[in-house]
Amino acid sequence: MHEAAVQQPAWVLLAYLIAGVCFILALRGLSSPESSRRGNRLGMIGMTIAVGTTLITHVPKHPFYSQPFEAEPGLPNWIYRGMQIDWPTIYGIAAAIVIGGGIGLVTARKIQMTAMPQLVAAFHSLVGMAAVLVGAAAYLNPEAFGIGVRITPIATPSFVSIFPQSRIEMGLGVAIGAITFSGSVIAFLKLNGNMSGKPILLPLRHVINLGTLAAILILIAYFTQDEAPAIFFTIMGLSFAIGFLLIIPIGGADMPVVISMLNSYSGWAAAAMGFTLHNSAMIITGALVGSSGAILSYIMCRAMNRGFISVIAGGFGAVSSSGDSAAIDRPWKRGSAEDAAFLMAQADQVIIVPGYGMAVSQAQHALREMADLLKSKGVRVKYAIHPVAGRMPGHMNVLLAEANVPYDEVFELEDINSEFAQTDVAFVIGANDVTNPAAKTDKSSPIYGMPVLDVEKARTVLFVKRSMGGVGYAGVDNELFYRDNTMMLLSDAKKMVEEIVKNLG
Amino acid sequence: MDFISILSIFVLACFVGYYVVWSVTPALHTPLMSVTNAISSVIVVGALIASAAAGSVTSKWLGLVAVALASVNIFGGFAVTQRMLAMYKKKERPAPQGDKTHA
Repeated sequence: MHEAAVQQPAWVLLAYLIAGVCFILALRGLSSPESSRRGNRLGMIGMTIAVGTTLITHVPKHPFYSQPFEAEPGLPNWIYRGMQIDWPTIYGIAAAIVIGGGIGLVTARKIQMTAMPQLVAAFHSLVGMAAVLVGAAAYLNPEAFGIGVRITPIATPSFVSIFPQSRIEMGLGVAIGAITFSGSVIAFLKLNGNMSGKPILLPLRHVINLGTLAAILILIAYFTQDEAPAIFFTIMGLSFAIGFLLIIPIGGADMPVVISMLNSYSGWAAAAMGFTLHNSAMIITGALVGSSGAILSYIMCRAMNRGFISVIAGGFGAVSSSGDSAAIDRPWKRGSAEDAAFLMAQADQVIIVPGYGMAVSQAQHALREMADLLKSKGVRVKYAIHPVAGRMPGHMNVLLAEANVPYDEVFELEDINSEFAQTDVAFVIGANDVTNPAAKTDKSSPIYGMPVLDVEKARTVLFVKRSMGGVGYAGVDNELFYRDNTMMLLSDAKKMVEEIVKNLG
Repeated sequence: MDFISILSIFVLACFVGYYVVWSVTPALHTPLMSVTNAISSVIVVGALIASAAAGSVTSKWLGLVAVALASVNIFGGFAVTQRMLAMYKKKERPAPQGDKTHA
């Protein structure tokens, strides 16, 4: 395209390509838990190759000695070479890596598994911010990135003009990065409980959001004509604002979609920067991460039977004025830990259905203890996981794995749903809407059409819940509570399971 | 590399991503998110270029900050993924009874 772009040596291009292939294999490894650990190692190798190649090809040069100068006669070559290197910058880079890496390692080691959604949101925001900073750095010093030509007019001082195509790539990269950053910060605050999970609805929000998005796109287009700082930084500022505005109206329960979507954005931001820098490792990674996040968003939306647009538009779960709320007076059965222990000990097969409530009360370890006791009594125990159980894709699986539940006892919705009919006890703990039979029958229900676990087909349903009357995230009452074969166990999830364990022992 | 080759890499990588991600087992969706997080920090390449380049002090500092942020992500992302993946275990086969060491 433009000849002035820095021509990189073949081995460099090859190294970045190998890094990209390593990243593909890292994701490929996740097709099964056995191969996943090797995949993760390949990811680390890919990253090492990419970073190493960049460090070797971009050694910081000393501003003075890297110019041709009269070397003292007899000066050994290695000293001369050492003098050409800008050591303070190298120390700076090393310090940045050590500080950042240290923070990352300590966080990764200390974080609780239940806090994984927050951590992922926080990590997304860092990718977003890094993309914005790299974009800004490239804007301020385009020559270093080989994306501009120096123009030297006769009268005025010389300046660097950025290639129009690079301006678009850079503008998009910075905009997506900024949206990822501010959106992830809001997602983090909501997931971490610093901010209410309730949707915050501004008046005219759709008009404001669409207007801001349009303004960003128009400014990026105009940026090709005029590379004034005012335009660049307005794009950045508006993008930070829109990221914030887009996420605040989305309720806590839609977080699995939001977090996957932000995952996708962080990928597209990396890809856009890859276009700017002509770097194949960044482009491959960006495309992988971008499609990964997009697919996860799609899976989550499908599991809730909701359109992506309706999730993004937000507001779900804001109104709980469903007509059913008057039905709280309907008769229901209350059970005790003793009853539950008795019923499960007599059963042939028990299916445990965990949800976000299990994560909140950290009941997974007690739950596994309960399952172990049941197994020692000859009961078959399985776990059934709905795709949107928890606050991020796969959230429940990680928590159960943490509690040492073997992964071959854990089943996805479509693999286990037919088994409920032959099951004696379905033990629902911390899940609600994903078990609501109204989703299959009641056309007026907001969750109608959502795939649900057929727990009501089990001979007995044990439903652990903090109190009656509270509704799930969709703001609808659960039909299941009032069924003849349902027994409500009203208590904190962890306490209830511990009680049951006592009674089983 | 010219724009068309870059675009080709991008489009093909999107297809690779599509098929690879569909083959990821749903049980590993959380590790998938954390590892994609780690690898998208390959943006550190841009940050390193910015911090190594002479010419603009501001650009250098922005680059250094970006290196630090991306490093948090790279080290943290891979480490937390490794920690999670280490937890996924298969059922212990009903092997020699009795001498099972329980933690």
